[in-house]
Amino acid sequence: MVVTAFLHGLVALLVAPALVGLIRWVKARLQSRRGAAPWQPYRELAKLLRKERVVSQHASWVFRVTPYILFGTTLVVSCLIPTVLAPTGVQVFGDLIAVVYLLILGTFWLALAGLDPGSAFGGMGSSREMTVAALTEPTMAIAIFALALPAGSTDLGQIVRRTLEMPTSALGPGHVLAFAALFIVTLAESGRLPVDNPSTHLELTMIHEAMVLEYSGPYLALVEWASALKLFVFCVLLANLFVPWGVALSANPTAIVVGIAAVLLKVAVIAVALAVFETRVAKLRLFRVPELLSASFVLSVVAVVSAFLGR
Amino acid sequence: MNCVMNLDSVVAVIAQQFPNRAIDVRQVRDNEVHCEIAADALAAFALYLRAERGLELWLMAAQDCREFEACFRVHYLFVHQAANWFVHATVRLAQESPTVESLALFSYPASRFEREMFDLLGIVAAGHPDPRPLVRHGFWPADYFPLRQDARVPDFNDDGRPFPFGEVRGEGVYEIPVGPVHAGVIEPGHFRFSVLGETIIDLKSRLYFTHKGTEKLFEGHEPKDRVELAERISGDSSVAHALAFCQAVERATVTPVPDRAKFIRVVLLELERIYNHINDFGAIANDTGFAVAHAHCLRLREQLFRLNQEIAGSRLLRGSLCVGGVQVDLGNAADISRRVDAVVKDFDEVVELTLANTLVVDRLRGTGRLAREIASDHCVLGFVARGSGIDIDARRDHPFAAYDRLSFRVPVFEAGDVEARTLARVEEVRESAGLVRQAAAQLPEGQLRSVVPDAPGDAAAFSVVEGWRGAVSHWIWMRKDQRLGRVKIVDPSFLNWHALSYAVLDNIVPDFPLCNKSFNQSYSGNDL
Repeated sequence: MVVTAFLHGLVALLVAPALVGLIRWVKARLQSRRGAAPWQPYRELAKLLRKERVVSQHASWVFRVTPYILFGTTLVVSCLIPTVLAPTGVQVFGDLIAVVYLLILGTFWLALAGLDPGSAFGGMGSSREMTVAALTEPTMAIAIFALALPAGSTDLGQIVRRTLEMPTSALGPGHVLAFAALFIVTLAESGRLPVDNPSTHLELTMIHEAMVLEYSGPYLALVEWASALKLFVFCVLLANLFVPWGVALSANPTAIVVGIAAVLLKVAVIAVALAVFETRVAKLRLFRVPELLSASFVLSVVAVVSAFLGR
Repeated sequence: MNCVMNLDSVVAVIAQQFPNRAIDVRQVRDNEVHCEIAADALAAFALYLRAERGLELWLMAAQDCREFEACFRVHYLFVHQAANWFVHATVRLAQESPTVESLALFSYPASRFEREMFDLLGIVAAGHPDPRPLVRHGFWPADYFPLRQDARVPDFNDDGRPFPFGEVRGEGVYEIPVGPVHAGVIEPGHFRFSVLGETIIDLKSRLYFTHKGTEKLFEGHEPKDRVELAERISGDSSVAHALAFCQAVERATVTPVPDRAKFIRVVLLELERIYNHINDFGAIANDTGFAVAHAHCLRLREQLFRLNQEIAGSRLLRGSLCVGGVQVDLGNAADISRRVDAVVKDFDEVVELTLANTLVVDRLRGTGRLAREIASDHCVLGFVARGSGIDIDARRDHPFAAYDRLSFRVPVFEAGDVEARTLARVEEVRESAGLVRQAAAQLPEGQLRSVVPDAPGDAAAFSVVEGWRGAVSHWIWMRKDQRLGRVKIVDPSFLNWHALSYAVLDNIVPDFPLCNKSFNQSYSGNDL
């Protein structure tokens, strides 16, 4: 069990930066630009880890401790989710409730850290992030509930196994609607278009980037790595909860290798889909974002209802 | 300006209306009435021109003449936009505590010029409603006026006083200070937002962080040696500023410019307009997050830069103009026109693709509305004016170079929002391509430049050029020794910057960069 968690955490840590790099690279190609290589984020992390920390004299311990909390909670979440393995009979971790609340714990601390140094941009980013988070977190929980209901458990491994047992359920209305809702949540939570623009330098338009504007050096590396991990977590949830084929059910080496290959392939497909989607859309006006998120919330509620009726 | 206007009646009426107050009233060149006004009759004179004749203040240029005349001079240039004639009035002020009557109560441009004039020359505008410093920053000693002839660069010390920004109070109102150092590679400017939630209820901008003394750098030099400096007033308007400068000198010296040079000047100015407008369109799309359009506009701009490089040896077309004509010839004008057409055709496709995206259009439409009344009160220029329904364009209203022999439309949009300013640029690109095509087809044979004769001493002249941002004006005064005595430069940014504060009201903070980009004013051209 511990080994499983360790394996999941390790895969997430190593792959997450490449996922961000892949999306950037595909976007660049779609814009007819050459673009930086997909492994550029590793170089950036290495560079940031070597640099000094510049911390505002107005910042308190909240600012200093947040990168560790954020990185820690996100890493724990990536250990808990069924990235490669969903062994039978293990229900101690991988619980939906734990995943959602650990993620929001990190967001909560990051919002505090945005306010802490007292810069105008940080507070602005925190306020916007909370507006978005208030709508995305329940949507995420409810969307996964739509899968938990037929599985009879909030355990993510159990949800994966149930879909594998009943492959037709993957095309049921509950699944499809919940997938759409979770896709929108993924865009919002990972700060992508049309909710937030990850590549902008305009402080006044930022959401996620505005909160982390004061961070530098190793702190920034942790924050960046954590947001890459978060994106990876969401992509894995999209991949393995809705299309669970390839996930290893027992810990034999062949199954694990197949499991790793499958998850990498699925996540890469989702990354390309995200990049294409981001290229097609423009950023929504900030006050339109709640409309989009409300729509995804409604989708998730409908997904639960149809899962309940179709049980 | 080929036709000489008969302004005898104006000359007579001014002399009659202001006996003993307006002296030496005479027509100069084609369409200018010059006179000298007694300081105490200035406001009455300006009001008369405005109310009875429909002339607005175009620019003000103050001059330190204490060395040879024991006085300061302030020159006022009034313009009749529709009929293309000007009144140039000069006021002489005593060298001890020079003071003029303020025109700021009925002319917004005057308010800006007067504040600038006090900061640079120490001439007080009596009765000015808002005498806060404009150019002057806290580090300048109180008695330091950099454009005075006897000004010596002092030690600059922070006096610790904050700038008196108007404060907005109330429950839930907070301030967001942005800049002067920005995240992008742009020039310094400080913006202070008063915000309620995400809604902007007030914006104050503080510019002038890098006073370079540009106008002073012209003084004491021969005009031909200062064309390069004019090109560097605002990098993206190299041709517009250089052309305005050259034309002002040509008018002062009465230099005939060869026809071929006039047509080449049109081509150069339009090339500058096209690359800037295409760049802006991409940047506006990028601010909505639609990066595809940005990438393609940068590609097209690069093609134009390379064309510029081939024509002038400079990607920004520098070194292409000179007093009396042009430095570069167009080898194959038809080929240039064909390549410009190809770029514009490509650009049309990018525009179509971008405006077909409903998310992009949703961001542009209704954002950053500059109401027509506010635009005309501020006397804004260029596409900012034309986006708010004000039909002005110096190429048509005050024809220069060969524009009176070419046909083009002046696109005007009523909405005043970001979309209107964007579409104005798109339309202007198409018109510019047409102008290049016509100029290339009609390009006459002949000389590239003519000899520049001496100017009559103590002579003032000005020139207006429609740069891509709007009307660029240069006013020059030649000394008896054929060197420049005083040069006053007005970039459209000087008047347009402040209108931005009105355009963003009631918009949300994350839309500010988009509004700002749709204005895209010059820091350098404003802060001389």
